[in-house]
Amino acid sequence: MIENEELAFKDSLIHKINPCIRILLAVLLSFWVALSTDFKFISGCFVLAFVFVFLASITPNDIFKRLKPLFVFLLMIWILLPLTFEGDMVFTVFSFDISRQGIEYCAMITIKSITIILFFMSFVATMTIGVMGHAMQKLNVPQKFVFLLLMTYRYIFVIGEEYQKLFRAAKIRGFVSKTNIHSYKTYAYLAGMLFVRASMRAKRVHQAMICRGFNGQFHTIDKFSLDKLSIIFFIIVLLFMTIYQWLIVKVLIF
Amino acid sequence: MVDKKNIIKLKNISFSYPDSYQKGPSLNGTDVKVLNDLSFELNANDKIGMIAPNGSGKTTLLHIIMGLCQPDCGVVELFGEKLTKEKEFALYRPKIGLMFQDSDDQLFNPYVIDDIAFGPLNLGFSQKEALIIAREILSDLGIEDLENSIVHKLSGGQKRLVALATVLAMKPEALLLDEPTAGLDMEVKTRIEGILKNLDIAFLVVAHDFNFLKSISSRIISMTEGKVLMDDQIHIHQHEHIHKYGHDPHTHV
Repeated sequence: MIENEELAFKDSLIHKINPCIRILLAVLLSFWVALSTDFKFISGCFVLAFVFVFLASITPNDIFKRLKPLFVFLLMIWILLPLTFEGDMVFTVFSFDISRQGIEYCAMITIKSITIILFFMSFVATMTIGVMGHAMQKLNVPQKFVFLLLMTYRYIFVIGEEYQKLFRAAKIRGFVSKTNIHSYKTYAYLAGMLFVRASMRAKRVHQAMICRGFNGQFHTIDKFSLDKLSIIFFIIVLLFMTIYQWLIVKVLIF
Repeated sequence: MVDKKNIIKLKNISFSYPDSYQKGPSLNGTDVKVLNDLSFELNANDKIGMIAPNGSGKTTLLHIIMGLCQPDCGVVELFGEKLTKEKEFALYRPKIGLMFQDSDDQLFNPYVIDDIAFGPLNLGFSQKEALIIAREILSDLGIEDLENSIVHKLSGGQKRLVALATVLAMKPEALLLDEPTAGLDMEVKTRIEGILKNLDIAFLVVAHDFNFLKSISSRIISMTEGKVLMDDQIHIHQHEHIHKYGHDPHTHV
């Protein structure tokens, strides 16, 4: 998924918004949804999330592709929770009681998790990891985390390539993976060599950084400016959420 | 005022890797000295090429100069100052640009422009100044179009040019290049050749490509048994004949 970052290179309203604002919105909205226990509010957010995905011009195909891993997780929850959750019995399957609260809880988890993933898909997946790192740096996320993220992003491909090289070297000499000690040994050697190479590379990278005056402070170029569109978008979304939340509370009271 | 004429001076440097009994061919248990009582000088305007066999200690020599490894004995002087401690080296390192063999070691930022601005930012330039310097270098090397490229998606040749740009962005007074043309095609080689010819700073270029070194440097030196051979000791020339050590520089008596 990181390899092509296809969502990041589209052109839409969301893509024009300042990355810092996008990250802030994704985190804020996700917490808002995650902490809410009201079904109506969460369903509303679910719809809103689809609006954002639409605004980011992400195709249904892309959405489904990225939701697939989540569905596996949700399936497990749908199997386990209704059986184990205590509450009113709705019906019985093979003498197992299915509780209403369990089903409700499952539905809530399903909608919440899909909503949050959609928020992140529309706001965060629409930027490259590099941009994300810089935006996080601007948002005062601790330097070490940002540095770790950016370095991982840079070197995961290099290490991946190194693994491919090692594996190819084994393959062209007739290595076929089987269930025997030779195969296990070969894989262990491959993994070991990868660690050795990665740590040697880390040493060289550090030396190269020192040669260019690195002293622990990780400086990068500021790239984003806070434009009007981003601020207006930020305010509109938050205002909408607040009013919506307020309306729901009102409706619930009366 | 520091004496500008002498940039790098190594006196009687010896160095051996702690695990050299595994690397070297010696079977009798003695340490193999990668550098053995080596002396070397690089003065302002010196354009030196070095051609020497694999494992003769070229990279180690460059790392000793930069203070990346400590010699067992001997003196390293940069710009007339005797340096021993890491802190002292840190002061002088930015004035000498070392380009690594593998560009993937040198370029660790996700974007080209960040990587080139990294050095100037470390030197205390402001965001704006660093950006100006970075763009200047990019256009000097004719790779402006790579400014916002993602580093891991560049080709080998592009990476090498960007790596050279990151070193030049520090505005060093001397360059140390570790096999800058290894694994490159003719086009990029010629480009790097052109860039180095137009530089007005001193450099030491280590390479295996004789023609390349001949075209960029004013003299060519070599290394053997942990020592630098100056040009009055060697006579590097091209000749075609079948020879056991034909690939290595050698002397004909």
